[in-house]
Amino acid sequence: MNTQLPVLVVLIPLLIAPLIVLVRNPTAAWALFGAAAVSSFALAVQCLLLVQEQGLLQAFLGGWEPPFGIEYRIDLANAIVLCLVSGIALLVTPMAKASIEREISEPRIYLFYACLTLCLTGLLGMAATGDAFNVFVFLEISSLSGYALIAMGNSRRALLASFRYLVMGTVGGTFFLTGVGLLYALTGTLNMADLAGSLTMGFDSRVLIAAAAFIVVGLSIKIALFPVHAWLPAAYAEAPSAVTAFMAATATKVAAYVLLRFAATVIGPVVVFATLPIGTALVWLACIAMVAGSIAAIYQTDFKRLLAWSSLAQIGYIVLGIGLGTDAGASAALTHMVNHGVIKCGLFVIAGVLVWRHGQATVANFAGMPQQSPWLFAAFVIGALGLIGVPGTGGFISKWVLLQALIAESAWVAVAAVLVSSLLAVIYCWRVVEIAWFGDSDASQPPAAASRTPVGATLSLAMLSGLVVYLGVHSSWLVELTAQAGADLFGVGR
Amino acid sequence: MNVVIVALAIPLLTALAVAFAGRSPALRNAVTLIGGGLLAVVVFGAWPTVIGGDRPTWEAWAILPGIELLFVLEPLGLLYASVAAGLWPITSVYAAGYLEGAGEKHRTRFFVCFALAIFAAMGIALAGNLVTLFLFYEVLTLSTWPLVTHKGTAEARRGGRIYLGILITTSVGLLLPAIVWAGLLAGTTEFRAGGILTGKASPAVLAVLYALFLFGLGKAALMPFHRWLPAAMVAPTPVSALLHAVAVVKAGVFAVLKVSVMIFGLDNLDQTDASEIMQWVAGFTILMASIIALQQDNLKARLAYSTISQLSYIVLGATMATSLAAQGAGLHIVMHALGKITLFFCAGAIYVAHHKTLVSELDGLGRKMPWTFAAFGLASLSIIGIPPLGGTWSKWWLTLGALEAEQYWIVATLAISSLLNIAYLLPIVARGFLRPSAEPPHAGAPQDHGHHDGEAAATMVAPLMLTAVGCLAAFVLAEPAIRLLQGAIP
Repeated sequence: MNTQLPVLVVLIPLLIAPLIVLVRNPTAAWALFGAAAVSSFALAVQCLLLVQEQGLLQAFLGGWEPPFGIEYRIDLANAIVLCLVSGIALLVTPMAKASIEREISEPRIYLFYACLTLCLTGLLGMAATGDAFNVFVFLEISSLSGYALIAMGNSRRALLASFRYLVMGTVGGTFFLTGVGLLYALTGTLNMADLAGSLTMGFDSRVLIAAAAFIVVGLSIKIALFPVHAWLPAAYAEAPSAVTAFMAATATKVAAYVLLRFAATVIGPVVVFATLPIGTALVWLACIAMVAGSIAAIYQTDFKRLLAWSSLAQIGYIVLGIGLGTDAGASAALTHMVNHGVIKCGLFVIAGVLVWRHGQATVANFAGMPQQSPWLFAAFVIGALGLIGVPGTGGFISKWVLLQALIAESAWVAVAAVLVSSLLAVIYCWRVVEIAWFGDSDASQPPAAASRTPVGATLSLAMLSGLVVYLGVHSSWLVELTAQAGADLFGVGR
Repeated sequence: MNVVIVALAIPLLTALAVAFAGRSPALRNAVTLIGGGLLAVVVFGAWPTVIGGDRPTWEAWAILPGIELLFVLEPLGLLYASVAAGLWPITSVYAAGYLEGAGEKHRTRFFVCFALAIFAAMGIALAGNLVTLFLFYEVLTLSTWPLVTHKGTAEARRGGRIYLGILITTSVGLLLPAIVWAGLLAGTTEFRAGGILTGKASPAVLAVLYALFLFGLGKAALMPFHRWLPAAMVAPTPVSALLHAVAVVKAGVFAVLKVSVMIFGLDNLDQTDASEIMQWVAGFTILMASIIALQQDNLKARLAYSTISQLSYIVLGATMATSLAAQGAGLHIVMHALGKITLFFCAGAIYVAHHKTLVSELDGLGRKMPWTFAAFGLASLSIIGIPPLGGTWSKWWLTLGALEAEQYWIVATLAISSLLNIAYLLPIVARGFLRPSAEPPHAGAPQDHGHHDGEAAATMVAPLMLTAVGCLAAFVLAEPAIRLLQGAIP
């Protein structure tokens, strides 16, 4: 069906960004970002409902029909991603206000929100577009605004973190662009559906193999897959808390979605999973990421860094699902994108509250805090249980779907890696819980005055924690949705 | 209204009410007692229905496609639920006395977690499929962790770490893949009479899967995954009594029994010999744990190893794959619960009244605490399996099952274990009554915490007398439980 709905999802935040620069008032800027999030979320949900009803949404920009013009093409997989990205933006909004006022000097706040809105635009665009070059354009929009956002962190280390991300991210973007260029040289088209149709012949083409390799490596950097993950922990730890909460839940997920899209449809499973050992390589790298990321998380003293390393491990679960090259694997990857997005966003919001109170979030200082703010730490426990994958949280659902996909493929090493990573998650999460509840509290801390939680953050956290539990006990709709999305991607009838 | 929903709601609401009543100890105790009493009434009230063949069911909603949050009240679950629900109010009285006497802090947290643990136990008892069971199994682990680390000392934290470490490792590392695998093989995770795996996999795969389930249900404390139970003994004694002698450990063996009967199916296990290896593991655990118990001087540690040994009776009964043995296993859930909770109550009373934790310190104490030591003796006899006490029946049934299966080494194992039980339990009673008192009575010395030099407070002695009498009563009144089990395991 031809409709302009998919375009509007991306266009509204794109137009709001310059508007924010014009109004300049911090509160108005925040409200405008919220408006962008609300409208894209509403439209994304509308897209999802329409896709469920009608199968496919297509929008031709300027009326130029594909493959000549840019096409926005929404099926179940990217409808889910659109909902996730805009939904997370919406959930972060209440928390962002107080947190940003504390962490960023007032004259720059409007620029911050402008960048954040652009970043949102870029991520939504990457998910919505059906044009390979357009993916690159939006990738760069989200990345460039992302570099600026990270650099706004309040310590000087943020600049270094941002620079490292800039270098790595640019390399990644360039790789991706090179790959797309090769595909264009090979087929003369940039439309993703058209590419998928044109590439069905000539599997032994060296150009195609090079293109696949460039695209996978380029995207791996944006996903922060081991061993090209080094930019992520510093970037997440130094960025303003609201940025981390938003980007941790969305940026790597969207890149993973693009990888899934290229592997499953554009380049095609035959090349990616049969001719080339890309699937196998992704599975192994994901396994290493899951285990190594969790081990590194155990040794972190800074709460945000701990969560960042945990993210690297959790990204492994997503890539593992993609690397399997089956519809069940794709379903597991999409399920975990949603669940991990919600869980990790909540945890970074908690980190944001702690930074807002104390200026930093060092695990060793958590001792005695649960007595002063029981709800905040209850939310932490819910998030931690989600990371571990305890039943009753969304993390369990992800793990269930992923294990089913792995056992069906008899991928026993990966099964073991998933389980080991879960057990390591117990260690890094429970270390924090133990220090918080049973550690010797530091008397030098100012207690009562600093135990407030901003109203907005409370609102964000309540919704996110509620979602984690809700997705853990009532998830059949989500799993059915992702299963259908996976089946559509791989062209399997269900 | 659906009895299933009520049985789940009562402990959950109790937990909430206790949390809000936290300021006032009297109100808190009253709420816990009322909740416990109501739950016992509801659960025992369901007996006629279930014996009559009804299976109250609550299908809440779909967690995953094809997998509901499903609760079914069937005989096995009712038996476990009755044990947990029946002993909860008694333990609540005891716990109030104990926490007062031992001067423990954070009592609101204690009672909230306690009620949550009972909520989880009800969920496990009523679970209609493996996923629901797993959900509540983990709730039980997590809600009991703050109880184990209750004191907050370095030792308690270390104990808590081992507790959580082993239970989560086994459940996530072994049980979760086992459930996913079983679900893939059978196409369902529901508990059904006769099992769901018959003919779905080769005997070798079934044997591996069975081992994954039994070790994965770490709360059954099969060696080598038993270390969490002695570690959990750092908890206040009411926790050890109700949770680590009854609700938590019985959740493990109950799940083992239920998985054997209603996932694998006894006939299937019998024909494929899938459970044979685990029989040996259970037999080994019975003897090994008894031998370790002999060497423990710490009273609670000795009781803990005794529990490990007794739990494997139930596992052994399930793995024998005959109806009689499985019925014996079910019966042993009840009988051991009554006996072991009494023993722990006594250990707690001794600690509160005299601050003694070692067996070697108990000389002559029986003359000061005659009721407590008499109860200890009765419960010991029940654990050993001497008539006229409840423990007789379960050992009788288990032995019958072993004879029916012509597994004579199991008969020998049970006999040797009974002798070992005598060797590690009865000397405690003998010390108390027969040996001369170790320390001279210090006349006129200031009495700490206002303890008199005899029995513990009545709120502690009354519960332990009650459960000791329960051991006696169980011998006479075992018939409904046996009828219930015969209905569950034909």
